[in-house]
Amino acid sequence: MVDSQVVLSGQTFAYTCYAIAIILLMGWFGIRLTKPAATSVVSKGLFYSFVGFLVVLGVSLHIVTYNTIPWAPMDLNRAEIKPDKVFNITVENHKFALPSEKLLINTNDKVLFDVYSKDLTYGFGLFREDNSMVFQMQVVPGHRNDILWQFDKPGIYTIRSTEYSGPKGAYMILKNVVEVSDLKK
Amino acid sequence: MNFKDTFLNGAQGLFKPQSLTPMQKLVLRFVVVGLVYYAFAAIEGMLMRIYQIQPIESIPDYQYYAILTAHPLVGIFGSTYSIVFGAFLFLVPFLMKKPLWSYKLGNWTFLLIAIGTFTFWFAGFISHFAPLYTLYWPLPADFTQFSPLGGTFFVLGIALVMVGTVFFVINIFKTIAYTPEGFEKQPAGALLASALGLSGLKNLFKKKEERKEHLVSLPVAAIARGTVDTALNAGIILFTGVLILIYMIWHLAGVDLKHTSIDALLYKNWFWWGLDLIADGLVLIFVAGTWYLLAMLITGKKLFMENWARAALFVEMVVSWTVWSHHLMSDQAQPGFLKVFSGEMVTAFELITQGLAFFITLATLWSARPLKMSNELKFLLGGLLGFALAVPAGIMQADIGLNRILHNTQWIIGPHVHVAILVGLTMTLYSAIYVLFPIVTNGAKLYSQKLATFHFWAHLIGGIGMGAFMGMAGLKGMLRRAIYVNGEFNTYMILAALSGALLLLAFFAFFYNIVMSVGLKGVIGIFTPSKLNPKQLLPEEAK
Repeated sequence: MVDSQVVLSGQTFAYTCYAIAIILLMGWFGIRLTKPAATSVVSKGLFYSFVGFLVVLGVSLHIVTYNTIPWAPMDLNRAEIKPDKVFNITVENHKFALPSEKLLINTNDKVLFDVYSKDLTYGFGLFREDNSMVFQMQVVPGHRNDILWQFDKPGIYTIRSTEYSGPKGAYMILKNVVEVSDLKK
Repeated sequence: MNFKDTFLNGAQGLFKPQSLTPMQKLVLRFVVVGLVYYAFAAIEGMLMRIYQIQPIESIPDYQYYAILTAHPLVGIFGSTYSIVFGAFLFLVPFLMKKPLWSYKLGNWTFLLIAIGTFTFWFAGFISHFAPLYTLYWPLPADFTQFSPLGGTFFVLGIALVMVGTVFFVINIFKTIAYTPEGFEKQPAGALLASALGLSGLKNLFKKKEERKEHLVSLPVAAIARGTVDTALNAGIILFTGVLILIYMIWHLAGVDLKHTSIDALLYKNWFWWGLDLIADGLVLIFVAGTWYLLAMLITGKKLFMENWARAALFVEMVVSWTVWSHHLMSDQAQPGFLKVFSGEMVTAFELITQGLAFFITLATLWSARPLKMSNELKFLLGGLLGFALAVPAGIMQADIGLNRILHNTQWIIGPHVHVAILVGLTMTLYSAIYVLFPIVTNGAKLYSQKLATFHFWAHLIGGIGMGAFMGMAGLKGMLRRAIYVNGEFNTYMILAALSGALLLLAFFAFFYNIVMSVGLKGVIGIFTPSKLNPKQLLPEEAK
């Protein structure tokens, strides 16, 4: 499965290009507004084309991401996918309780993290050693909170609560407790 | 005039508070209080920016989170609600050429928002009540972490603001529909139907010659439709406040009610449905309406594609009732249908409705070239740019795939929320303030154009810069509601803090400019009673 870092790099590139383009466009527009012009009529055709462009963009964004970001369809259909490994994790009093000291995973295994809160709403996120995020989900008390993930390369990851649950929640960090190793090696 | 004279009497001594009508004083009071609360929020924001670089020793973490709880509420209710409600309580009667239905009720709105905001801010400051504005269940009722007494006063403060909001809603709809004494009878039902877009909707199914004309102007229609969301939101917040209050009062009485009596996910859906009526409802509708009004006032021309603009406002109102689920895309128990339909598909409509408002406003300005780059025009362009940056950022995070790696990161709060509020919304409000300033002050002169120009550039660069650096940190994994003690994201946070400092400087420049324009005596005069008739919007000589 494509690493989430790749998706983030793509998003960073796309949004940066867009942001620079719209800032330049507005700057150009502002300057042109103050200059006299022979004709200033905006055609209705341009308006309708813009409406069409927005519709296509709004619809296509989700179709493109659904078909290119592998965890999107896997997430919606996770009830029908049999995981290779399941980790049942509980959270209470601002503490994660793991099934073992380290969560050991093989690359390309489909792993289900099933997290249950006994008191508050928390978050459950996995982070790389450079602090970048692999994925996260909310952990709502009284409900099943499960996420299916497939790791394509070896690595060591930190678990951290990604939702505010009071001042103590900021320190809900289990450093380097998830280890993904390459089965081939 | 020397500095002392200008400071006391305003630029060229032109501002005469005794010449103001009660309605002019009311709108100016709203603006002054709104700007003071903006200063509260901006200073709090700056403290938090510093804290994100290096936690401040004199501010313990529980105090930090109390600031984080109060900051958005003071900004939205104390500042934005004050300025927007003040402006609309003046504009609706101004545009409909009749007095406000109740000046007294308008005054109550002002008092309740001002007092309510101070109450919840002070309660949070003293008691460190910090469940954040999201109030995820059962956090606000977790009395092992938060004081129930402090929480009670906090909730009461919010409730006062909401009661003031309800009074605003009543006043707006009554003003649209009522017939003032001595006026020819006005068709209340037809006026409301036009304001809410119902007559426009019926027109779609009628032949051209049978279609009814719009009875209210487009800006009034926008205000009415945004006010529907304001009313629904006030109802949700009041109900939720009462629910939390019950837990607090029972606890104070020695009985602990079960947290599990309330389903945390259902509560989250309910509360986000209401909260989203602000972020994705009234803000977008009010802003679009204000863009249209400003474009028409600046150009003196009719709005480009007006019927489309009206239809987009109606669609936006309906869309705002059905988009809340984009806040729950990381909640695994949330039904997939709601994530896809409400979270992704309906939310994408906001790209269309806000994109239309953007295009229509630009086209209206374009049709009036050449235009003088006045303060109101440059701030309007800044506001348009803010939403052009923030709305696509929001659409991206409202995606099942991308939300998995963006939710609760600094991306959400930076390029989306802060750019939308600080650049998009606030610059639109500044544009409106510059337009209304000579009208509500009976021709007072701005003290310094250089300060106004500095305000514009510092606010624009500071706002976009802060949002961008927060966003970059978010894409690198920095969370939005966490504390980092080892300087993990310091490069981005230092740059974001410098941008924030520029924003703060911009505000001080603007505030100083306004105080020097009306003078200290003028500021005090705004808060003294007017001897003129409250039914009069403007003095006779100004009409």
